[in-house]
Amino acid sequence: MDALILTIIATSIPLLLAASGELIAEKSGVLNLGVEGMMLSGAVGAFGAVLWLGNPYFGIIAGAISGILMASVFSIFTINLMTNQVATGLGLTIFATGFSGLAGAPLVGKTIPYLPKIEIYLLSDIPLIGNIFFKQDLLAYISILLIILITIFLNSTKPGIVLRAVGDNHNNAHSIGYPIKKIRWLATCFGGMCAGLGGAYIPLILTPHWSEGMTSGRGWIAIALVVFASWIPWRIIVGALLFGGITIAQFVGQTRGWPIPSQILSMMPYIATIIALTMISGRFSKNKSIVPASLGKPFVDVT
Amino acid sequence: MIVFTPRNKISKNWIFLAPILSIFLTVILGGFIFTFLGYNPGETLYHIFISPFTRIDRISDVFVKACPLIIIGTGLIFCFKANVWNIGAEGQFIIGALLAGSFGLLFPEMDTKFLLMIMLFIGFLGGALWAFIPAILKTKLNVNEILVSLMLVYVAMLLIDFVVRGPLRDPMSFGFPLTKAYPEGALINKIPIPGIGFLGQLHYGVMSIFILVPIAWVIINKTLLGFQIKVLGSAPKATSFAGFKEKRITIIVLLLSGGLAGIAGVIEVSANMGQLQPEISFGYGFTAIIVVFLGRLNPIGIILAGIIIATVKLGADNAQMAIGIPKVVTGLFEGILLFFLLTGETLQKYQIAWKKYGS
Repeated sequence: MDALILTIIATSIPLLLAASGELIAEKSGVLNLGVEGMMLSGAVGAFGAVLWLGNPYFGIIAGAISGILMASVFSIFTINLMTNQVATGLGLTIFATGFSGLAGAPLVGKTIPYLPKIEIYLLSDIPLIGNIFFKQDLLAYISILLIILITIFLNSTKPGIVLRAVGDNHNNAHSIGYPIKKIRWLATCFGGMCAGLGGAYIPLILTPHWSEGMTSGRGWIAIALVVFASWIPWRIIVGALLFGGITIAQFVGQTRGWPIPSQILSMMPYIATIIALTMISGRFSKNKSIVPASLGKPFVDVT
Repeated sequence: MIVFTPRNKISKNWIFLAPILSIFLTVILGGFIFTFLGYNPGETLYHIFISPFTRIDRISDVFVKACPLIIIGTGLIFCFKANVWNIGAEGQFIIGALLAGSFGLLFPEMDTKFLLMIMLFIGFLGGALWAFIPAILKTKLNVNEILVSLMLVYVAMLLIDFVVRGPLRDPMSFGFPLTKAYPEGALINKIPIPGIGFLGQLHYGVMSIFILVPIAWVIINKTLLGFQIKVLGSAPKATSFAGFKEKRITIIVLLLSGGLAGIAGVIEVSANMGQLQPEISFGYGFTAIIVVFLGRLNPIGIILAGIIIATVKLGADNAQMAIGIPKVVTGLFEGILLFFLLTGETLQKYQIAWKKYGS
């Protein structure tokens, strides 16, 4: 039972990390559809760094940097050059899929060491809970910390409120003197960093090798999770665990010989995403204030 | 600081110049990236951009490869013009081919000269059905069509994998995940050229471009529906003032694009494979998105754009065989190209000037 819960948690952490970052970007009004690409770059960056430098912790740093670099590309085009955010995000994912495949070609077939678990003194000895909550790897702790910090940031700090104002009405925020483009740059790069970390988690914990397109749609599910969570940080945890559970259920089903074909089981996370979006989205048409009002709209600073 | 000023008039030349300039810049930047990753840029670029034009059969293969891209792209024009983001054409392509192929395989008694026509029709319905899911969810329940259409790509990939390995697997396939070969009437033949025989894989399916693209052009430019689509995309509020039904248009564009992707799927399998297999699309649905932007949402432009992108795809295959570069490298070029094209659209709308602070 312990092992099952631990696997579910491990599966949900890349989603949790990537969705937290996307939430901040979207709260600032940037719809970043490049998450899948940023996760892939994070994964290949992390894998390469660990292979080259030997220490798994360098993988975390490399993953974050790769994500930020991709987010910078996205920001230059969408924020400074005011390109269409949907198309640019798609372009970034296509670009990063190609780039990571090319950069990762020499890495195929190699293996890296896992990111070590950190046991928290005494707490990790508590039966059941200790194993699950206090014997995790660094990125798992970071992911939970991030949700707490994001909640505090958005609700109780001035920069957080400014960020929300920028996302809700960039023209008003601009007229009282806030630097819209700078704030969106920072939010997008934070989102990219989180996506990079989420991507890094995959080779560092889940499968210690590199393969082309190894994120297999997790970036898109992360974007869906933000909608599912109605832009409320803690709900991302619920959503991520739910999807972790569904993903693992398919493997459990396969090993226990459920009479359902494996491909049908593998569809479950994707179908669940559609169902989750459907259940949640109807509410947005009744209550428009849930969605950041400037989401996806380029800010044009015309003189 | 950089200042953007809206242009009053859109320069006509820019519409043609922007894609050409974008391709040029993409090649240069691509060369730099190859150098950075330790590949010989000259050799790599030669294989990707020039080698597909070095033999006449290779040139005809460019058209074969461009065929699905152009057909899918033609459908996507309707969506993108209406600002509806169908990015699941890959899934609609697969479902169209899967349903049409299943029909051909399950009803061998239908093997007449009309079978292909029936299959193309089923392919259209299948693709449209797959696009109907995001369409109905978007219009009834306000669900984001980007995410739904994309999730359905994964579902479609798994579905065809299941069907080909399970119910429709040929018992005589020695364990390979393949269906039986299509009956004669379901196949699309290669075009015989007098005196030469066949030119690469050139097949009659390519002709469909010359039927579908003009139809699309007429719908977009000469019908009320085309006008409504353009209004919905450029001025959504005006749509309701004018009394157009926004939801109806949204559903129509999604069905049209899904249906065309389905037709593309049927043609691809009937012409090039002759049976169903787990992988029938190699990212055509995603690549078509780039084709649409490169073709500037114009049916005629898309033919040219499809040929250019198909060149890169074939070139990447050649590069993989010749110097071992993974063929995902096409994504690199497609992504960069899209970035430049989108920037071109900004430059078309705004004049850029450099101003000193405080002036």
